Amino acid sequence: MAYDYEKYIRPGKLPHIWCPGCGHGIVMKGLIRAMGTLNLKKEETALVSGIGCASRLPGYIDCCTLHTAHGRAVPFATGIKMARPEMNVILVGGDGDGTAIGGNHFIHACRRNIDMTYIIMNNYIYGMTGGQFSPCTPTGDKASTTPYGNPDPGFDLAKLAIGAGATFVARGTAFHANQIDKLIVEAIQHKGFSVVEILDDCPTTYGRRNKYKSVIEMMNRLKEIAVPVKAAEKMTAEQLKGKVLTGVLYKEEIKPEYTAEYAKVIERAKAAK
Amino acid sequence: MSRYELRFSGAGGQGLITAGIIMAKAASIYEGKQAVQSQSYGPEARGGASKSEVIISDGPIDYPKVTQCDALLAMTQEAANKYSHDLKEGGVLLIDSDLVIDIPPGNFKTIAFPIINTAKNDVGREIVANIVALGAMVALTGQVSRENAEKAVLSSVPEAFIELNRKAFSVGFEKALAASA
Amino acid sequence: MSKKVAFIQGNEAGAYGALYAGCTFFGGYPITPSTEVAEVMSVELPKIGGKFIQMEDEIGAMAAVLGASLAGAKALTATSGPGLSLKQELIGYGCIAEIPCVIFNVMRGGPSTGMPTGPSQSDVMCAKWGTHGDHPAICLVPASVQETFEEVIRAFNLSEKYRTPVMIMPDEIIAHMRERVVFPEPGEIEVVPRKSPTVPAEQYKPYDISFGDVPPLASFGSGYKFHVTGLNKMQDGFPTTKADIVQAEEERQVRKVNANVDDIVTFEEYLLDDAEVAVVAYGSTSRSARYAVNIAREQGIKAGMFRIKTFWPFPDKQIKALAGKVKGIVIPEMNLGMCSLELERCAQGQVPVLGIFRVDGEPINPDQILEKIKEVK
Repeated sequence: MAYDYEKYIRPGKLPHIWCPGCGHGIVMKGLIRAMGTLNLKKEETALVSGIGCASRLPGYIDCCTLHTAHGRAVPFATGIKMARPEMNVILVGGDGDGTAIGGNHFIHACRRNIDMTYIIMNNYIYGMTGGQFSPCTPTGDKASTTPYGNPDPGFDLAKLAIGAGATFVARGTAFHANQIDKLIVEAIQHKGFSVVEILDDCPTTYGRRNKYKSVIEMMNRLKEIAVPVKAAEKMTAEQLKGKVLTGVLYKEEIKPEYTAEYAKVIERAKAAK
Repeated sequence: MSRYELRFSGAGGQGLITAGIIMAKAASIYEGKQAVQSQSYGPEARGGASKSEVIISDGPIDYPKVTQCDALLAMTQEAANKYSHDLKEGGVLLIDSDLVIDIPPGNFKTIAFPIINTAKNDVGREIVANIVALGAMVALTGQVSRENAEKAVLSSVPEAFIELNRKAFSVGFEKALAASA
Repeated sequence: MSKKVAFIQGNEAGAYGALYAGCTFFGGYPITPSTEVAEVMSVELPKIGGKFIQMEDEIGAMAAVLGASLAGAKALTATSGPGLSLKQELIGYGCIAEIPCVIFNVMRGGPSTGMPTGPSQSDVMCAKWGTHGDHPAICLVPASVQETFEEVIRAFNLSEKYRTPVMIMPDEIIAHMRERVVFPEPGEIEVVPRKSPTVPAEQYKPYDISFGDVPPLASFGSGYKFHVTGLNKMQDGFPTTKADIVQAEEERQVRKVNANVDDIVTFEEYLLDDAEVAVVAYGSTSRSARYAVNIAREQGIKAGMFRIKTFWPFPDKQIKALAGKVKGIVIPEMNLGMCSLELERCAQGQVPVLGIFRVDGEPINPDQILEKIKEVK
């Protein structure tokens, strides 16, 4: 049976602004399915983004949506979550927004382990401004500002999140559409700061500069490089060269969640009064 | 005009800002006068120059800083040199006699006793030297009563240190009276 | 029963004023000389079930404040010059998205790191022109510890009434000096609540001008769902580039404040009735000015003071009238002539405007002002 996407789509707001072949729409559908699976109440769900192509996503979803400034989705969302810990707070955005201009906020949200879910669509590029390299662009790749090849090493976004203290980190790809909603469901259910990186494609500003002949080729690449965590356990280092792990990469439930910890601060303050 | 200006000066970490606050609090909260306390300090939490200024008046206080100082406490030679220039004729200068060797010249009354050593030897803790100095300043300036100043001291220190501070204040007050007699 | 009094700093009074005004959220980042505000809030907010968060940087603090306000909390941040510079983009966000909040900025020497413990009044232009684009600006400049307490309450009230960020800017002297504060009883000073929507959730639009220039603001999590963006937007909150809508919305946002200047602008006139020389002053400098005016009067000089309490919107009308009846205006300020330019604009050449400008970290003393008063012929 076809899934009813209408439930969480804002009436009258489609079509979206994304280019043909862009994976953001696939991610949005995955998010909608996840929201449906969890039956999230629209009035009790905040969807927060920064600036960039991916950050336009909240406009299409029917809930409390906040399109903030470049890089600032995380601290805006932190304010919402602190003021109303009972709300579901989900963030969406791109790799540039989240790890360059918003990188400091990102690692500190991981450190605090505040109960929010951050879906980062990593398409290795600043798409909206026309294809400049991001902190996730692979070394050597072409962008409008790396005409001779990118000299910068890139972030491994998931490792960054784990290192900074996030307690749930998963990775999927825009090719593996059926996995996306499952990862997001698990992330939202996790009590703590959860990060879901979705490897994505930008045919318009990244693909054409880096010798991808078609969207299909870009999608095939995502298919080829992705190795599920379980499968990787049986593979040699040689076999894993050039691959990326997908699935739930890290999960722990010992570290306390931030708003719960602050509730204890309130208890202590009231007792000391 | 009833405006009376005090300056507590010395090195950072000597507790002079606290001494100034307590003096102003005594006047403002307990004595029924008006008072303003302000301070200036460097980036150091300890050491460096530090000063705390207190204006006491029967009426509203406009300019919150010292214009012509009525009473100056100097806990270092540097402070004595730097801040005695605008001390009023007939004003009061209180110095730590161990630390201020060259007494600045001027037509004011200088009272000297070893403030820090008094705290160490007579009270038992060097850390309350600022309260010894405060007791002395209260005695020498007469702007607030001994009782009200003591109330301000006791309401400003942690419970475990009330007796220590009461003693420090009292010793400072008496020493100043003896030294100025 | 006698009222509660305390002998406290301007910064502490600012924090207590915020609590009186119903503030339940503080997002901040440590910066001299404003940190005492954060410290008091960290102690007091959890006692009433409020939230304090120390963010990773100044920008994050501003963002958290805006997020919390959208979720229904009255929210405060405190900062000083360098932090104010960093917060500017998001202050603009607050203006365009029309999110109430209060920014308590203690003015220290600048630009950049400048003089962290030295007083200054050089952020007053930053309060109006710091963030890019046309936007409303409200900025209050208290001159005593008691007034800091009261003006923070007014800042919250104005931010809710006009649905916009409001700044209060004590200079370092006011922020760090201690005076007696008499705390008002609850109810004694008016506290303006947020104007919440009355329409059913499905009809709600966050910028519905059928309710006037200041539409009601719903909170996330209160049963309403809507969209907020920093892009130019339509009444329903969604972005638009339609020229007529953008023009009208931009004009409305500025008009919210500009059409209500008389409601917002506050000032004090001291001995101005027969004055021939008017000292215009604000913040701690006004205390030196009052002292100087009193001495001038003793010496037979007809001096008076116009004290600016609301810096933005600027008291244009009052300054123009003042310039029409005195021989000269003296403006002492701890910057190199920021208010002075505004006075010249308002005085329209009727009288000379004589400035005393100090940026050396020292207060302007009464003697300097008295000397300048005597220069007015």
